[in-house]
Amino acid sequence: MNRALRLIRRRLLGAVPVLLIVVVGSFLLLEAAPGDAVDAYAVSFGGDAGMIAALREAWGLDGTPFARLTAYLWSLLHLDLGQSVAFSRPVLDVVLERLPNTLLLMGAATALSFALGSALGIVAGSRPGSFRDRFLSIGSLALYAVPGFWLGLVLVVIFTVQLRWLPLSGMETIASGKSGFGRALDIARHLVLPVASLGFLYLALYLRMMRAGMAEVWRMDFVLAGRARGLSRRRIVLRHVARNALLPLVTMLGLQSAGMLGGSVVIESLFAIPGLGRLAQEAVGARDTPLLIGIILVSAVLVIAVNLLVDIAYAALDPRVGAGEAQA
Amino acid sequence: MSRLFLRSPEAVAGTIILALLVAMALAAPWLFPRDPLAIVGPAMLPPFQDWTLPLGTDRLGRDVLSGLFHGARTSLAVGLAAAATSIIVGVLVGTIAGFAGGWVDEVLMRITDAFQTVPGFLLALAFVSVAGPSLGVVVVAIALGAWTQPARITRAEVLSIRERDYVAGARVIGMHPAEIAFREVLPNALPPVLALSSVIVAAAVLTEAALSFLGLGDPNRVTWGGMIAEGRAVLRSAPFLSIVPGIALVLTVLGVYLLGEGAVEASAVKRGNA
Repeated sequence: MNRALRLIRRRLLGAVPVLLIVVVGSFLLLEAAPGDAVDAYAVSFGGDAGMIAALREAWGLDGTPFARLTAYLWSLLHLDLGQSVAFSRPVLDVVLERLPNTLLLMGAATALSFALGSALGIVAGSRPGSFRDRFLSIGSLALYAVPGFWLGLVLVVIFTVQLRWLPLSGMETIASGKSGFGRALDIARHLVLPVASLGFLYLALYLRMMRAGMAEVWRMDFVLAGRARGLSRRRIVLRHVARNALLPLVTMLGLQSAGMLGGSVVIESLFAIPGLGRLAQEAVGARDTPLLIGIILVSAVLVIAVNLLVDIAYAALDPRVGAGEAQA
Repeated sequence: MSRLFLRSPEAVAGTIILALLVAMALAAPWLFPRDPLAIVGPAMLPPFQDWTLPLGTDRLGRDVLSGLFHGARTSLAVGLAAAATSIIVGVLVGTIAGFAGGWVDEVLMRITDAFQTVPGFLLALAFVSVAGPSLGVVVVAIALGAWTQPARITRAEVLSIRERDYVAGARVIGMHPAEIAFREVLPNALPPVLALSSVIVAAAVLTEAALSFLGLGDPNRVTWGGMIAEGRAVLRSAPFLSIVPGIALVLTVLGVYLLGEGAVEASAVKRGNA
């Protein structure tokens, strides 16, 4: 357990400069955009020229760029991400309200793509060069080339317009009066198409990684040793080859989190899911730069958190990780 | 190399697809001299009805086939320009970080970390929304999220190359460090980045499509992403309008991947034989 704690401490320390750079970058983008935080506030709550000037002074926005950066950092330290122009509410409140929906969508898409992708990868990699392998490899390459938003539209045409099996958009049926299990089922039905559109790209990615990883492991001596011991092919594939090929996929889970968060912008906009991604699109539409920057900051923290979790999981799965760090 | 290349069926398929696309992009202004955004006929004309408008028209009466051809221009131009920008920036940053070492390396790598922590698509969104949608801005916006991978790969490669004897030799004969970095080390660090270039181009084409799908492309250009978004409004009555430009997009990306896989395979075979 000590090993995991050391890992967490080192990762958290490493995240500080990275976050600081993200914040400075966000500040530069805010400076480049027309208007400042006081303008955003005045749009929501009004105010005459005198009050605006007083606010600007109180918020430290009338000084040099450096003074403005310090004021910005200071307010971020107090978890104040500024005021949203479009919603007339604090940015953090709006963002945190939308976050759970995005986490649900991303969690489901990750689970689907990881489970199905690695399973199909095992099927393809268990007999390299076989027909099944060729079929899955080419299929995954084709899937890898399909943009998620277009796949979503095609699925809508098939399952909503033609077959009428699934709802078109939204997170749940509005004012359905459902609760408990019925509501969960309703949300699940609404999420089928978005999760598929977001997850299929990563399914292809995991399939290809798993297959490539297994092809590497097949050549290793312990596989030969397993054969020599007369183990069944099934046991060799699952317990020896697949198990060792699975580890790099766990790392990928963390690495792809930023990409998936970006992908959810388009998917959430397409399916009208009130999450972080759709909020980003709304912020762009309303020229609400403070909100957009707030979403970027929260996403960066989220990506760091996901990677930390993945690192801990990896350390738990692979005892070699971090074992030699006490000396280092 | 070229004969090896053509032996792989993937490479042949990729070459044919991309050759067709390049031909489409080059022929667009000659075959369809009119502005592809101009209204040329009745709205929502179904395909194969009028021989002057073989694929029909969209919701506003614009020629779909002309849009496809002109869209190929935008997709290829933006995809290639964004990929080239990110590879050049990435290779420069990676070479400087790996060769200089010390605090320069530390600072550059933390910046790279920061760019990898922020979702690239959100960054592109924010940049376009602040700088305004135009072709150049879209190229830079895509490159902002894509230069980190080539930077990391180049740095790793440079770290191993800078310990080699010929680099030590260049130092001994008094070459300037910058000259060693860019004339001796950089060219030798390129192959792994170039092997990845097809993935970078494909990702750039997809990001451009997603941006213009959200209405953040250059408003004066036809884009496939924009055409798909346009067709969405009439998805029930004319799904065709969204589906066809999407197929063009999938074929483009697939062509790029296939070409890349073929090239990597061919170079692997060549190295294996040598």
